[in-house]
Amino acid sequence: MNVLSQTLFPFGWQHYLAGGLMIGAGVSLLFVLTGLVGGMSSVFSSTWSFFSRQPYFQQARFLDTRQWRLVYALGLVLGAAAWWLIFSDGTPGNTQVPVWALLVGGFLVGYGARLGNGCTSGHGICGLGSLQWPSLLAVLTFMATAFLTANLVAWSLS
Amino acid sequence: MSTPAPLTAVRALAVLASGALFGFGLALSTMVQPEVVLGFLRFSDYGLALVMGGAVVVTLIAYKLIPLKLKAPLLGGYFHWHVSHWNRDTLVGAAVFGIGWGLCGVCPGPAIAGLGTGNWSLLWALGGIALGAGAQGLLARAPAPSSPSR
Repeated sequence: MNVLSQTLFPFGWQHYLAGGLMIGAGVSLLFVLTGLVGGMSSVFSSTWSFFSRQPYFQQARFLDTRQWRLVYALGLVLGAAAWWLIFSDGTPGNTQVPVWALLVGGFLVGYGARLGNGCTSGHGICGLGSLQWPSLLAVLTFMATAFLTANLVAWSLS
Repeated sequence: MSTPAPLTAVRALAVLASGALFGFGLALSTMVQPEVVLGFLRFSDYGLALVMGGAVVVTLIAYKLIPLKLKAPLLGGYFHWHVSHWNRDTLVGAAVFGIGWGLCGVCPGPAIAGLGTGNWSLLWALGGIALGAGAQGLLARAPAPSSPSR
């Protein structure tokens, strides 16, 4: 069992499970207090409604939610900052992923999440959490293309 | 479609606290580190499955039980219910999302939360996501006047 656990989770498993439960608790707290469904990708469209007159961005579903979605995003930053200040050794987070990959990958993430009406939290957590099979299909689709892309990139760089 | 409850100070505080729990969980589970996400996608560390599984189970219970026990959310308003649709946009969007996610290891939640851990490189991903969402809106068909909420 220990060997299996170390193979699957070389960095341990407790913090993954605890973090996941807390993410679920955040989504649940939002729901029980306000009734809102807390996927993350919509904030990127709703915030554009402040800057763009494009009819797409001026839909009620963005105008009516753009304030709380920004507050929710601010909460994400503050929550992560609290963890960093209290539990990390104070080293700022960093990544070896090159800037071009962050920018291009980010663009595809933003475009795809909004076209497909959800991301890892919208379809993955809220959609699966409300047992919607279209969200399950969306999750299986993006997991498949993500597995393929991540391994192709690793293989082409090796 | 009911009109949305206005964002009072108390509701804003509730949203902020919920987001903070979410963000704390993302940081604790190291999902704000693109390398950890890419490790999952390359089959070297299955932690992301525990994160997702844990979050889904808690959410599933909450979404099922809370509307049974309460007539309305504690701070007023109503329980929203987002309906997912399976169509070409969902398929293509999810596929494109996955390609981007597999390329950079960053998705919308961690791109935002990661800033709280001082990882400024994630601003590149955040900018990319914002531009991608902008491009999607500009290219989108004009919405029907009363399109369903998601």
